[in-house]
This record gives sequence, structure tokens and C-alpha cells, in this order.
Amino acid sequence: MRTGFRSDAPLLSVKGITKSFFGVRVLHGVSFELWPGEALGLLGENGSGKSTSMNILGGVHQPDGGQMSLGGRPYAPQNPREASQAGIAFIHQELNLFPNLSIEENLFITDFPRRGGVPFIDRRWMRKRARELLVEVDLDLPPTRLVGNLAQGERQLVEIAKALHADAKVLILDEPTTSLTRREVERLFSIIERLKSRGVGIIFISHALGDVMHICERMTVLRDGAVIGTDRRERLNLPTVISMMVGRSIDAIYPERITKPRPEVALRVRNLTQRGVASDISFDIHAGEVVGLSGLMGSGRSELARLIFGLDPLESGTVEVAGTQLMRPNPKASMAAGLAFLTEDRRNEGLLMEASIADNIGLTFLRRFKVGPGVVSGQALNNTASELARMVHLSTDRVQDTLAKHLSGGNQQKVVIAKWLLRRPKVFILDEPTRGIDVGAKQEVYRIINRLVEEGGAVFLISSEIEEVMGLSDRILTISKGEITGSFERSGFDREAILAAAMAPAGPQREAYT
Amino acid sequence: MNSRNRITIFILQAAPYLLFLAILLVFGSLSDRFLSVTNFTNIVIQAAPVAILAVGMTFVLLTAEIDLSVGAIMYLTGCLLGLYLGGAPWPLALVVVLVASALLGAINGVLVAYLGITSFIATLGTLFIGRGIAMSASNTASVYFPDAITALNRATVFGIPSAIVAVAVVFAVAWILLRQTPFGRQVYAVGQDRDAAAKAGLPAKRIVFLCFVISGALAGIAGFVSVTQIGAITASYGLQAEFSAIAAAVLGGTSLFGGRGGVKGALFGALLIQTAANGLVIINANPYIYPLVTAGIIFIAVAVDGLRSRMLERLERRFIRPWEIA
Repeated sequence: MRTGFRSDAPLLSVKGITKSFFGVRVLHGVSFELWPGEALGLLGENGSGKSTSMNILGGVHQPDGGQMSLGGRPYAPQNPREASQAGIAFIHQELNLFPNLSIEENLFITDFPRRGGVPFIDRRWMRKRARELLVEVDLDLPPTRLVGNLAQGERQLVEIAKALHADAKVLILDEPTTSLTRREVERLFSIIERLKSRGVGIIFISHALGDVMHICERMTVLRDGAVIGTDRRERLNLPTVISMMVGRSIDAIYPERITKPRPEVALRVRNLTQRGVASDISFDIHAGEVVGLSGLMGSGRSELARLIFGLDPLESGTVEVAGTQLMRPNPKASMAAGLAFLTEDRRNEGLLMEASIADNIGLTFLRRFKVGPGVVSGQALNNTASELARMVHLSTDRVQDTLAKHLSGGNQQKVVIAKWLLRRPKVFILDEPTRGIDVGAKQEVYRIINRLVEEGGAVFLISSEIEEVMGLSDRILTISKGEITGSFERSGFDREAILAAAMAPAGPQREAYT
Repeated sequence: MNSRNRITIFILQAAPYLLFLAILLVFGSLSDRFLSVTNFTNIVIQAAPVAILAVGMTFVLLTAEIDLSVGAIMYLTGCLLGLYLGGAPWPLALVVVLVASALLGAINGVLVAYLGITSFIATLGTLFIGRGIAMSASNTASVYFPDAITALNRATVFGIPSAIVAVAVVFAVAWILLRQTPFGRQVYAVGQDRDAAAKAGLPAKRIVFLCFVISGALAGIAGFVSVTQIGAITASYGLQAEFSAIAAAVLGGTSLFGGRGGVKGALFGALLIQTAANGLVIINANPYIYPLVTAGIIFIAVAVDGLRSRMLERLERRFIRPWEIA
């Protein structure tokens, strides 16, 4: 079966890869080997270096140091095309397919077969070859079907068929199971087994540890840009893998908070349900309390926040802010009731980049500066903006003539916070408030969060960094597949337990693995 | 996709055809001259320039760009033809017009694809520059075309009027290009998601560039066909032709958001617009109503496209709990 592969030599070997971005070293000598016909699980928390390593393999980035070899030959792709020509296929979580084209056209989009000499597509040959490829991935669909009409799992198989067409020797799958139904996952696994038996090497990146344990012979755990360990499946179990993934103490960058949560409930969420997004979610946040939400990518963290704030339609359930129930939640009603929502995408949703700090702060609440019908006092706006800018420790006090685009990421985030402070909200939903900002600015955001709750505000903190959630929260909820899977009091914070709860299988997967 | 979405999408797709049917019924009942073979042959001949423009526009729209300069290209190459090529045999004149208009399209293509200027702005710029050059070359006076050119309008091929032959040839080439060549299918990919196309290794910039060249070249041909019909052009020639072309393409199902549509629709759209205009003339409608009717048709086309795109986007959304949706 393994013709063309030497099974006594690694298919892919990665040795001492280092990589820095803007002077910050993100990979400290990553090494691992992939043997023909095996699946290697690549595990690690967000920011552990998985994506960077794989982007280097896939030719998206070039390493600063270290060597790679593929099939015994040196391998150093300069771009994704070179990587794919060398036989590395990278299937991203966001599939790279064109829904407006048919399956066969997607398979051959870069190298359409032509009829001898003329520039026309040889559709008959293309269809025949597409059928063969679809048989190999067990996809019983006509090659002329539009990809837009396929289910997520079927699209993934089309991507794999594309990799087969490119004669891939190494297949990298990034979070392949997160958006699949259980049956689709099983089908994917049987295809993976078939590829293994043909000598293809698989790199399987996933947070779904159950899936990784199921399909991978060996696992490599990354942490902070370095390999913590590689071992065979038989010698690993869930707890050991999780402790390898976290294994580091929380730095003392989280400022002390002097107040305790108060008895009154600031945000009450009951039985929030929206088909396909969230199922029966209930929790309370008290005044003066920070509740953290921990979940993996695709767990429904941000979607839950959007549901609460009224940005997405809600099937059933209630949201109560400081005792007032929101009838038919919508952003306007939520804001009026005292909810503030910092989205994770501040560049697109939170700020007008071409506007000044003062304008950004005042924009959503100009009413407050009204001095006559339709007239706004610029002076009042500037005064208030300066005051808020000081409150959030903005780096500049020139709020009128500094444009948002000229601020650093951390200062931009502070402007967004200041903008919301203007409304004196009771509950803050903060979605990834420190994403993409440096450590110093992070710490300032943490101080602002402390100040909010010390003044009686309630904070719902969503973050992919488990450390951050642990460092700031009075209580932590975990979410998996749109369900709340755990609740931890500060006294009982335990990284491994929290991570395990965040990775808990939910929905149909619950039955499959317990 | 549930059945309600399916029905809504079906109605949105069918809207232009229902509109066409309504136009036929309304004008057919108001005038007995309207539903005749002679009148429809006329409609097709009159629709020819817009149809050819719309075919070119389809290429640009498929890449999610827009070309506002086609009317200016018609006027500029028309002046070139009338002022400097009056004595040349028509096939040579046609080739010169074709090359000149393709070059103008290439300028748009460079601005948009390689210099990254928003196509709306870039082609608005070339629109005014093109018209400006044409007006100074002609001193804004009328430009007349020799009999050798205008005679082509009366010429036939196997009994088929020349304008219809021109449309047929343009359509056939464009259809084959879009459906049967790698370039054509890659146009659809680029229009759907330019980043994904570039990541997959497609020459996305070159594809966008070529679509502007095609649009420019077809604007030249459309202008050529149109001057054979009218014999003289003034400084207002080609004004707002881009909007008829865009409306025709969008009415025929080509999306302003890229990636969806085709040249068959462009022909249908041009025919629809011309049929409505013809009907208004036949029933002696107040000429001031014409722009209102055209505007109404454009509005319907764009609204339908917007609704359909939003709907498809919603259907494309990914879910956290997919098993609840199936």
C-alpha cells in the first residue's frame, strides 16, 4: 500500500523553527516529525504557536530559523502555491471554496483541463476525474452541484478531494470538526483512515480533544511557542494533555480589587435559546461582579453576547437589566436599559477611524450635548470627552484633533470604553477587550474593569485567554457548542477543570464520548 | 434551505420575467401595433447597442466592480471614427475603434486592478476625461458619419439585420468565454471572493484587468453599431449609457456584489428596457415619463439584487449547533 513512501523515514520533519513578529518571538524552536500514514494531533491553547507553525508549513509565513524537510528533501516554501506544489495541503477552518461554482469547477479552479491546444475546458474529462475524486472521499454527489448548496461537512470533503487532486502527501486540517454534525465527523474520520492507509500524513489541529484522541496516533503539545511534549496516544489521557497545555502560573498582572459583589442582580438571563446558536442559557450577574465566559473558538461566546444585547434574533428566553425585563431585545432597548457591549471587532464595529476621539465618544449619545433643537454644543462635547479620556487614561488629551486611526490598539479600545461610559451603563459586556493590544495597555484595561465594578457596575467578560478570565472574574462560566457547561466560583478556580469544562462535549457529542 | 426561503428566492429570481410579462400585457392591451413581428424586430435592433454594452458590463460586475465610463468610451471612439476615419473602409475602421476602446478599458483596468483605486471613482474619472477629450476634439459640434458607415445599418446577413448579427456574435463569444474557458470560470471565483481566489493561486488582478478591457472593447463595438443607426452624434451622445447597461445586466440576474449572473441575462435585460421604451413611444406617452419608467425598472432590478444577496448570505451563515438546523 505504501508505495512511494519510505515508512522507515519521516515524511515531514520540522527542526528548531523560530519566528518573530515585530520583534516579538512567537516560536522558540518548534520541532516535530510526521511519519507517512500517521495522524499527528497538534494541541495548544490560543496563542501557543499552532497557527504560526502551520502557516510556516503552508508557506504563508517564512521561518526566521530552523529547517524543514519533506520526503527527505529540504523544504522551504516561499508562498502557499509552492507549498501545495510540494505536496502540502492546508485545509483552513474557513474553507477556501467558491459557493457560486460547481464542485468540479472548485476542484479544478487553478488547473482546468483543456481540450488539446484550444483554450476551452475539457468538461468531459473534468467530470470523469471529479467523479473519481468524489468517490475517494465518499461523496455521492453530482460534480455539477453548486458548492453553495452543500452542507458544511460535504464542503470539507470537497476540500479534501481538492487536496487529493493536488496529490497531497501531507494534509493539515485546522479545527475540522467544530462545525460538523456527529455523523459528518464520523465520515470525515473514515476518510482520514483511508488516507492514512495510503501513506498520507495528517496533521490534525483541534480543541476537541475527544476527536484528537480518537483519530491521532501521536500528539504534540505546544505552549508559548515551544513544544512541551510529543507522545503516543496510549501514553496520554485527557488530564495529562490539559496540564501540558496550560501548566503555567498566572502572572501577577491582574490588579487587586477591593470590593465584593453586591447582592442585587444587574443582569438576569433566563433560558436563552436560539436554534443553531444557543440552548437554554441562564445565569445572573450581580452589581459589582465580574463574570467571565470561557469557551473555545466556535463555542458560541460572541454569539451569546450578541443574543443578550439584541443584535441577533432570539427564539425564547428573557433578559433583565437591573430589574427591567427587555421586551423583544434590540440594541436600542438594551442601551436604554443600561447595557453596554464592546464587540470583539472594534475596527469595524466600534470606532469611526477617520473621526476624532471626541466625536467617537459623543457619536452615539449626542442628545446629551444638545443645547437647542438639532444643535449640539461642541464645547460641552469636548469637555466631557476630555474628562472621560482622563478617566480611561488615554495617552493624549487632544481629544478634538486626534483621529481614532492615529491611536494604538490599546488606546482605541480605551476610546470605545469611554464612549460607553458616557451612558453610565449598569452592565458591560466586554468581548475580547484586550485582543491585539500590548501587555501595558492590557493592564490598564484591567484597571478600568476593576474601577467599573468597584463603582457598582457589572461586567460580563468574554475572552479566549483563560488566564485573563481567571485573573479578573469573580465567577467563571464555561460555554461549549452554545451550552453552559460549567460554573466556577473564584475560590474554586482551577485552570484544568475550567479548560476541561470548556472542552466538554455538548449536544450530540455528549453521547458520543461519555 | 427551508421551503419558505426557496419560494422567496424563486420569486426574487423570477421578478424580472414577471416584469417583462407585465410590460407585454400592458402595452399589448393599449396598442395593437405593439405585439407585432415588425415591432419586435425593431425593438431588438434598437436594443443592440445597450445589449452589447450590458454584455461587457456583465464581465466587470461579475468581478464585483463597476464601469461607469462605457458611455464616454462610446462617445470618444465615435468621434475618432467620425473625425479621422471617415474615408477608411469600415472593417479597418471597426478594428481601429476596437483597439482604441480596448486600450481605454485597459486604462480603467490598470487603475482598478493594479493601482487599487475603487472602480466607481476610477471609471468616473475616465468618464469625464474621455468626454472632455472627445468634446475638445469635436469642438462639441455634431459629428457626422459617411454613407459607407450608415449603410451598414441597412445591411443584412442571410436576411438578418446587421445589428442583430453583431449582438449575436458578441453574445456567442462572450458566452463561450465565460462558460467554456478557464478564464471565465475564474472570473466567477474572483468575483465571489477575491482574497480566496488569490490564496488559491489565481491571478486575481489580471482577471479583473481583463474584464475592464473586455468592457471597454465592447463599448467601442456598441458605439460603432449605434452610430450606424443614428448617422450623427452630438456632445450628449452616450450620456448615461452606463446606467442602461448596468440596469440591463442586473435585471438579467447579474449581481452588483459579484460572482453571480451571466451574459444571457444581459441580453434579456437590454430587451426588457428597450421593450418598455418602445411601448411608451407607441402609446404616445408623455416623453417626460420615460426616465421615470427607466428609473422604476432600475430600482426594481437593484432592489431585487440586494434582497437576494442578503438572503443568500443569511443561508450561508454557519451555526454553532448545526445539528439543530438540518
